[in-house]
Amino acid sequence: MDLNLTPQERAFRDEVRAWLFANVPANWERDHLEDTMHQRFAFLKEWQRKVYEAGWAGVAWPKEYGGRGATLMEQVIFTEEMARAAAPQLANVLGLSLVGPTIIAFGTEEQKKRYLPKILSAEEIWCQGFSEPNAGSDLANVRTEARIEGDAFVINGQKVWNSYGWAADWCALLTRTDPQSQKHKGLTYILVDMHSPGVEVRPLLQMTGETEFAEIFFRDVRVPIANALGPIGDGWNVAIGTLMHERATLGASVQVTYRRQLDRLLELAHTVERDGRPAAEDPLMRQKLAQCHAELEIMRLNQMRSITKINQSGVPGAEGSVQKIFWSEYNQRFQQVAMEMLGAAGQLTKGAPGAIDDGLWAYSFLRARGNTIEAGTSEIQRNIVGHFVLGLPKSY
Amino acid sequence: MQFGLTETQETLKKSAREFLNAECPMTTVRGIIESAAPFDAALGSKIKAQGWTGLLAPEEYGGHGMGMVEMAVVLEEMGRALLPGPFFSTTLLAGIILSRGGSEQQKNKYLKPIAEGDARATLAQFGADRRAHFVTEAAAADFIVCAGPIDGEPCIFVTTSAPTTLTPSLDLTRRLYDVDLRSTPMDFLARGRSAQEILDSTLDIATAGLTAEMTGGMQRLLEITVAYAKTRKQFGRPIGQFQAVQHLCADMLLMTESARSAAYYACYAVQEQLPNASEAVSIAKSYISDAYREVGNRAIQVHGGMGFTWENDCHLYYRRAKASEIALGDAIYHRERLARIILDKHKHSTTAIPAMPGCRAQQSHKEHAGKNAVAHQGRKKTSPRRTATNAQAAAMRTAQSPTTLRDSTSDANFNSAILQSYIDISTIDHRCRNKN
Repeated sequence: MDLNLTPQERAFRDEVRAWLFANVPANWERDHLEDTMHQRFAFLKEWQRKVYEAGWAGVAWPKEYGGRGATLMEQVIFTEEMARAAAPQLANVLGLSLVGPTIIAFGTEEQKKRYLPKILSAEEIWCQGFSEPNAGSDLANVRTEARIEGDAFVINGQKVWNSYGWAADWCALLTRTDPQSQKHKGLTYILVDMHSPGVEVRPLLQMTGETEFAEIFFRDVRVPIANALGPIGDGWNVAIGTLMHERATLGASVQVTYRRQLDRLLELAHTVERDGRPAAEDPLMRQKLAQCHAELEIMRLNQMRSITKINQSGVPGAEGSVQKIFWSEYNQRFQQVAMEMLGAAGQLTKGAPGAIDDGLWAYSFLRARGNTIEAGTSEIQRNIVGHFVLGLPKSY
Repeated sequence: MQFGLTETQETLKKSAREFLNAECPMTTVRGIIESAAPFDAALGSKIKAQGWTGLLAPEEYGGHGMGMVEMAVVLEEMGRALLPGPFFSTTLLAGIILSRGGSEQQKNKYLKPIAEGDARATLAQFGADRRAHFVTEAAAADFIVCAGPIDGEPCIFVTTSAPTTLTPSLDLTRRLYDVDLRSTPMDFLARGRSAQEILDSTLDIATAGLTAEMTGGMQRLLEITVAYAKTRKQFGRPIGQFQAVQHLCADMLLMTESARSAAYYACYAVQEQLPNASEAVSIAKSYISDAYREVGNRAIQVHGGMGFTWENDCHLYYRRAKASEIALGDAIYHRERLARIILDKHKHSTTAIPAMPGCRAQQSHKEHAGKNAVAHQGRKKTSPRRTATNAQAAAMRTAQSPTTLRDSTSDANFNSAILQSYIDISTIDHRCRNKN
């Protein structure tokens, strides 16, 4: 056990830190406060291009595809430094965390060369087409059909809950290529150009009032057979690979976001009053804030252990589900503590006079409801832990 | 960065597990529970042969001078086996305090026999009335390291003879005693500020060790519960196939793995003397205090009717979980310690740890009020906000009657809280300056 950074890791950290110090646009948060979702996304794309050109995108991706060829630990250091510098996030979230790693794992040489550099430069934004109206937790029930006609797939069907669907140039689509097949057999993972004829994206209005997600409709969309990722009919294994990455890596970035939010709440604890004194002096609030701090630290430590393990074994395991349960449920507990501490003003939304942090807390409170649903519900994660980690018999 | 065990540590863990499986199965644990002897000499000599009693102690005093992470590996396995007896009190409580305080001659006299496995000892934290309560395995001890205020000054001394009275309690594998120190010989190790510092750092290290031990208990509960869920059948299938049961088990894994991360980090932090070591200890102890108890509860629930029987081992672990939760500061205590770090940063160095409920069991209201007044005088320079908090805390404390407090007292924090709150460092400074 050695939790110190190695000299190489330290040098890497210092270099990232110096670059971010010189390049993160000053006051970017304030300057883009009034942006529409699309304006903000354009800004984030531009920022990612700058990061890519400086050689920081895809820290742990192979050099030949535009990455830095560094270690997973250095990737984590980069993420932490980005947060420390309060840098804007990289635009191509799903391309970087899900699709890219899956292409690295399952793609042909041609596919890697074709897609990976443009994921890193944010030239092509990706979304993921997995869930359907009747294939949510039961993902293997996917019905979107990809019929083989000559050298092309002809795709028909509907996907839903697609983050960044409205911004995407490409979609990592899970389809059924064998209409006679059942469940996880006969599925194929296809890389689909979102600008193809027959693709229609409809924004999905969420309970937060945003349209962060989309629905995507496919009507006779023709895609070259060469766009299958992994063997035809083996889409389930490829998709599972993606989900493992999702669970293993999402945790690393949310942890940093949560830390910033907790630190902000701790700051507010000195100014927000409860019963005529700062919340920071209320014994019950102190207990609850300390509990959040402890849990968030433990989440970070769990991730450090998990990264060490992935480094040794090379692949993320089902333990990622433990992380997913932890971060999603932590955030719901934390948002509740925040609302309790902020009192009546906590419910004020964006633009309301007296809204704390312009309604961020009211928004986050609602947004957190989705945490235990997106990327696999808590119930599904517990099934995975029960069956794949603890070896209990499958329940369904 | 590498947050996992080294090959050597894995080997140590494996050999500890094999040894404890062979030498301390549950039949042995139950035998010791039923025995009237203060400790099991045969098991003690086998542990001595493993060299674990000297794992932490410096080589010049018969130890191996290894780190707290190595100790954690062994403690985790001991917790998993529910090892009864005086190992923890001897090696972690008395051993650590003796390696941090006392003259060379005292170390030779007390620490060396501990490290060599020839003596058993414990730590007693006493109050102004010179009595100590909730002292772990005191009857097994050849000598007792005692810490507490004498005439208002924190003191640590060793005594080789003091009357002990068994106080039957929840944890059948770790006995608690009252110790009367009113007319005991005293061999002083430290006084004043250094005594406070030695005690504080000892409690941090011991608490880190306790969390590793607790993690081992959680691991064992998880194992036996999952095994039971796989074999016990109802409605024609293993109960572990039902999601209601699976999800209980999944949460037990989540809590156990999180406990392991927190405990090992705490042990690493105290070993490396990181600036955030105390924080890491409080993170671990606050989380694991709740988590071990909860894992114990879920283990009992999954075992159903069987889990509620004496014959089933779950309750023995559940008892240990509750006692360990209370020992060395419960979750509420450690969360308040964390709150002082994350919320009162600028004031932290001058702020004493708050009194735990029960610390006044040995004091009258009048005495208590007087001590608080002294403490407040010593804090003249602190901000008005801090004084308000103290006054409020004092009001909360006096609102509870000493009698109820005695019933709800917790062992180590009981007296350590007296040291840490009533003997405020700032008042000690004041007094020292006057003397000089």
